[in-house]
Amino acid sequence: MKPVVHYSAIEGRSLAYWGLLGTFGLLLLLGLGAVWVMEHNGHYVTGMNNHIVWGMPHVFAVFMIIAASGILNVASIASVFGKKMYKPLSRLSALMAFAFLAGGLMVLMLDLGRPDRLVIAATYLNPKSVFAWNILLYPGFFAAVLVYVWFMMEKRMNQYSHQAGLFAFVWRLLLTTGTGSIFGFVIARNGYDAAVLAPMFIIMSFGFGLAIYILSLMATCRWSGRELGDSVVRQLKNLLGVFIAAMFYFVFVFHLTSLYGTENHGFEAFILMDGGIYTQMFWIGWVVIGLLLPLGIVYHPSMSKSRAWIGIASAMVIVGGLASMYVIIIGGQAYPMPIFPGFEVSSSFGDGQVISYAPSIWEIGLGIGGIALALAMTTFAVKVLPFVPDSLSDELMDPHYKAPEPEEAEAEAA
Amino acid sequence: MSDQKIDQYRREFLGKTSAAAATGAIAPGVMLMSVGQAQARPLDEAVSSANRWGLLIDSNKCADGCSDCVKACESENAWGSGSSDEQKSDAAQKAQWIRTVTLKNKLTEKEHQLPMMCQHCEHPPCVDVCPTGASFKRADGIVLVDKHICIGCRYCMMACPYKARSFIHEELNDQAPDVPRGKGTVESCTLCVHKIDRGDGSTACADACQHKAIIFGDLNDPNSEIAQEMKKHATTQIRADLNLNTGVRYRGI
Amino acid sequence: MKQLRNLFISLAMSLILSGTAFAESVGPELKINRANGDECVLPADEMRKDHMKHLDHQRDETMHNGVRTKKFSLKECINCHANKDEKGKYIPVNAPGEFCQSCHTYTSVKLDCFECHATKPRDTAFHPIVTDRMKAFAEQHDAPKTKTMLGDIAAKGGAK
Repeated sequence: MKPVVHYSAIEGRSLAYWGLLGTFGLLLLLGLGAVWVMEHNGHYVTGMNNHIVWGMPHVFAVFMIIAASGILNVASIASVFGKKMYKPLSRLSALMAFAFLAGGLMVLMLDLGRPDRLVIAATYLNPKSVFAWNILLYPGFFAAVLVYVWFMMEKRMNQYSHQAGLFAFVWRLLLTTGTGSIFGFVIARNGYDAAVLAPMFIIMSFGFGLAIYILSLMATCRWSGRELGDSVVRQLKNLLGVFIAAMFYFVFVFHLTSLYGTENHGFEAFILMDGGIYTQMFWIGWVVIGLLLPLGIVYHPSMSKSRAWIGIASAMVIVGGLASMYVIIIGGQAYPMPIFPGFEVSSSFGDGQVISYAPSIWEIGLGIGGIALALAMTTFAVKVLPFVPDSLSDELMDPHYKAPEPEEAEAEAA
Repeated sequence: MSDQKIDQYRREFLGKTSAAAATGAIAPGVMLMSVGQAQARPLDEAVSSANRWGLLIDSNKCADGCSDCVKACESENAWGSGSSDEQKSDAAQKAQWIRTVTLKNKLTEKEHQLPMMCQHCEHPPCVDVCPTGASFKRADGIVLVDKHICIGCRYCMMACPYKARSFIHEELNDQAPDVPRGKGTVESCTLCVHKIDRGDGSTACADACQHKAIIFGDLNDPNSEIAQEMKKHATTQIRADLNLNTGVRYRGI
Repeated sequence: MKQLRNLFISLAMSLILSGTAFAESVGPELKINRANGDECVLPADEMRKDHMKHLDHQRDETMHNGVRTKKFSLKECINCHANKDEKGKYIPVNAPGEFCQSCHTYTSVKLDCFECHATKPRDTAFHPIVTDRMKAFAEQHDAPKTKTMLGDIAAKGGAK
């Protein structure tokens, strides 16, 4: 009979554990300190202005929100698509999805000009605004994930975990579509007004989420002394490869179709050729580091078998993800709006010019604080509740597992 | 005559002379009010869509290098050089409600100038995207920000095709009593709504323009100067392709 | 029993009534400018309790419907309640010890209004149709031609 997977809370008593939690706590406190500076003085202390209205906080926040929905993907593959191998991975996936959404929302809400008016944001809702839809979608996601985790953990509710998983899956598709639409619905700017942004964000969520999950799983198992077999790592690595390829396809299609229309040549030239930091971020950050190099590692004959390299590939996807957010969000604002097509425009308000943006330490501090919140929540939760499987060894997880022959076992033991 | 009749006569005399005096005192005021371009709406009456306020701007008349409209707006609404506030914000962070834009024809290199402000669209993208409904359009067409419910998310600034909106990046202390503005909220040209409601019949920029490049008026009133001008000459909207049906129209772009 | 009941009622009434009397005298001494009259638009204890209710309603009416009645207009409140210093300049109403701030400090309720609203009235006593700022602008720019008679009044101080 196939052995059953058990879950338990990690021990979490070592100095290293408390050190880790303490580090995340400290970064979170620094982030909150940065918020105090921005809120008390006003946004003049940041690099944001009337032309670049959304800066580093939004880069981090949007990254975390779409990553959160992608992290839940791992659980969905088990519950929704019936791949039993992913089942033991589901609890941690749901936990981290919750944590990363919380972190992303914290950053978004604390960057508001009037964060003291959050209650108004929750009670006055303009039905035509994507932001207002998101204000309903985000708490719904929290609720869906909480219910899903409950169903997975409580034995008598296990039979319903498929339905809960399906509900959470559909909900997160709506949420990510909503997040992509924040930009896709902006008719005013060349870099946004595109329907393809919504599915592109969904695919990016798959990639970023899985990369974060792989790194977290490897770290959790390594640091809590639980076995993580090659079978699991190999399957996740292959899935990451597919997602990276899909992301590459969407970026390629987005720019190719954009390039076809002459009206877009100005913006495309800006991103692809002469946009300075934006061009560097696009090619080096997004394409090379975020897509090509990890793709190479994942499909390389020997590197793809090394956990260190897989970890590096995942980290690269994350770096590429942040770069992609920078290019999309900030690059899209830096390029001048086409208010008077056909004319060369100038004014005292930056019309016709590329606006420069230099992020301040406060904005970056807030963004890092959000990531720290997500990781702190995860680190704390795995100690309190049984999110992590006792073992993900090949014996448990690999459907083609063959016990080694007795001579081999003796040879191993020797 | 009997005493009663004398009293009656006195009463009538006093009544008539005081009525005449009162009329004499009030009449000039009444005449003054009726000659103004717009009748003041009673204070307790709500605005209605019977009016649609707008501007007609003639770029041909806008003199190169002139920024009187900008200075008048700054002075009236207490921003920019019209107030001692916003000292800590850098140039890109300071508010700008109206600006002069210089357009250069790429082929002929001919330059011309026009003022640009919130276009008070009939279908404003800023109103669509505002999560709380703080960005709204009044019944008479003026697009405003209700700063009581603005949370400062700046989505409207992202969405505006004319970059008409500004965010306040620091604490303010020198506001005009008619024009509240504050840290952490978004603002833009109000079409001098406080002046319109008062019955002034015009905006600060329209009043200040020496070249008569800006006309304010009721687009719904076929007899208004603005409506007559728009019937006489060809006019356009900026980014007419977006189908926003702006309240600010231009000639000579 | 009847006597006991009456005693209980009178005790209760005196407690309640003294409580309300207390409410009127609770709170700091307010610096009120009596030059504009001795009464607010509503009795003082009603204002203490309900001023936000009236202001909130008024603000929505003004903002969305353009109704600018003066009774609960914040601008009018400030016109009346702002005090002047020895030099004759207006003191902001949210300065320590001034009208709004003294009660709000006592009750520990943060004043949000003056994040946006002006804390001082204009220097003129009434609301001119043409503002001081426009007059100043007109003087600076050599009294430009205006289209309205009202504008002429601003520029030249009289009807043509």
